[in-house]
Amino acid sequence: MRMSGLRRTFPGGVPVLQGMDLDVGAGSFVALVGPSGCGKSTLLRLVAGLDQPNAGTLTFSPPLDHTPGARTPIAYVFQDAHLLPWRSVLDNVALPLELAGVPAAERHASARAMLTQVGLGDATARYPAQLSGGMRMRVSLARALVTRPRLLLLDEPFAALDELTRHRLDDQLLALWKELGMTVLFVTHSLSEAAYLAERVVVLSRRPARVMLDRHLDLPSERLPALRADPGFAREMGLLFHALEQGDAA
Amino acid sequence: MKILREALAPLTALAILLVLWETVARVFSVSPIVLPPPSAIGLEASRAADTLLSGALSTGRSALLGFGLSTAVGVLAAIVLSSSRVLERALYPYALFLQMVPIIAIAPVLVVWFGHGARAVAVSSFIVSVFPVIANTHTGMRSVDPALRDMFRLYGARRVATLWKLELPASLPHLFTGLRVASGLSVVGAIVGEWVAGVVEGDAGLGILVLAANRQGNTARVFAAVLAASMLGLMLFGAVSLTGERMLRRWHPSASGS
Repeated sequence: MRMSGLRRTFPGGVPVLQGMDLDVGAGSFVALVGPSGCGKSTLLRLVAGLDQPNAGTLTFSPPLDHTPGARTPIAYVFQDAHLLPWRSVLDNVALPLELAGVPAAERHASARAMLTQVGLGDATARYPAQLSGGMRMRVSLARALVTRPRLLLLDEPFAALDELTRHRLDDQLLALWKELGMTVLFVTHSLSEAAYLAERVVVLSRRPARVMLDRHLDLPSERLPALRADPGFAREMGLLFHALEQGDAA
Repeated sequence: MKILREALAPLTALAILLVLWETVARVFSVSPIVLPPPSAIGLEASRAADTLLSGALSTGRSALLGFGLSTAVGVLAAIVLSSSRVLERALYPYALFLQMVPIIAIAPVLVVWFGHGARAVAVSSFIVSVFPVIANTHTGMRSVDPALRDMFRLYGARRVATLWKLELPASLPHLFTGLRVASGLSVVGAIVGEWVAGVVEGDAGLGILVLAANRQGNTARVFAAVLAASMLGLMLFGAVSLTGERMLRRWHPSASGS
């Protein structure tokens, strides 16, 4: 995925992005970090096609097949789970396939398999109101992955969860990424989460967002919880923090 | 047991009110034309039970028809209004107009259009009760979570799928709020409709009974008929509330705990 000169100005003339260039390799895990309101979410919305840039181009190679009705190659996980409260867990996860016209038996089988993969195989008949915040987020993740997307966009997905639950979900996300091999673009304002998850971290400045640092982390590819206490991890965090501070002061 | 305990307070209040009313009416020898005591109303109600029952059935039929029309037309109107900002701006003032129509003034026109009888009465009931359905359903459809709209868009959902799988289910709690208000109003609209367009022969509704009894100075029967009309409204309200609670039980906080 390549974006060049991406520009987006909100009505009223507020510039959010002014010429953003970024290349993301297929199958990589990239984290976008920046202060609140810097345009990270706008960037994701542009990539997802939910918003149109005022200038600049966004290209995918190979090109994404985006005809309506086809299974969408892009999935989006929001800050909150955003499940349909009137649907069971299984029907929530099956929704993207349902909208693409996949027959009931097939979409339920896929949804069931994906739920098992996120550790919710026995909660299929429950309703969102009966689940904890962490479980709801896992359902949301399963719903995003059920279409086997090539590109997974996550917008501060675990920000509302307690730290322990967040760490568990981080590990689960990494495992899913290794297994399914999609490209991941992960927006967060947590440096430690970015450093723990991503191969590469892009630090953005305050609005209008510019790239302050674009770094391939010098960390082992196998991420284990012990890494959080590793000196190498602390060094990377220091670099990221410095860039974030500069971007906020600029 | 729980129902009994919850009903205890209002039932006690009712008993106290009735005793007071009865005492005042007797002690001060209030004319039964002005304020008949509860005992006289009860007596009259049992004496005219058949007439009241057939009146309630007739009014109930018209109100139910009006309520059904309100539900169908109200939801359809809300769908149309929510489908585009332009349509909303163009049409919403006229939906509001329905709410402002002084029904008693327009009822004679209904007679011209539909003739005397149940049809005109049902239309009157419809006019009075449709707006809360439109307004609430419309609010519900407008307040659908924007992130969910984005998700449906991302997955290439067609207009009909978005309506059917997102907007309508999401507005069910609002829709039922509108229906609860409309249920009571539909009975009011039917009674008013009967005053102007009701038939006296054969199929006299509660509104006609009220008028006739009032003319005869039979205030006890007026009260009995009014009581019957209130009970009709309550029954409709109860049925709508119960249906709503059943449909929303699994997911909406307004219906939880039941």
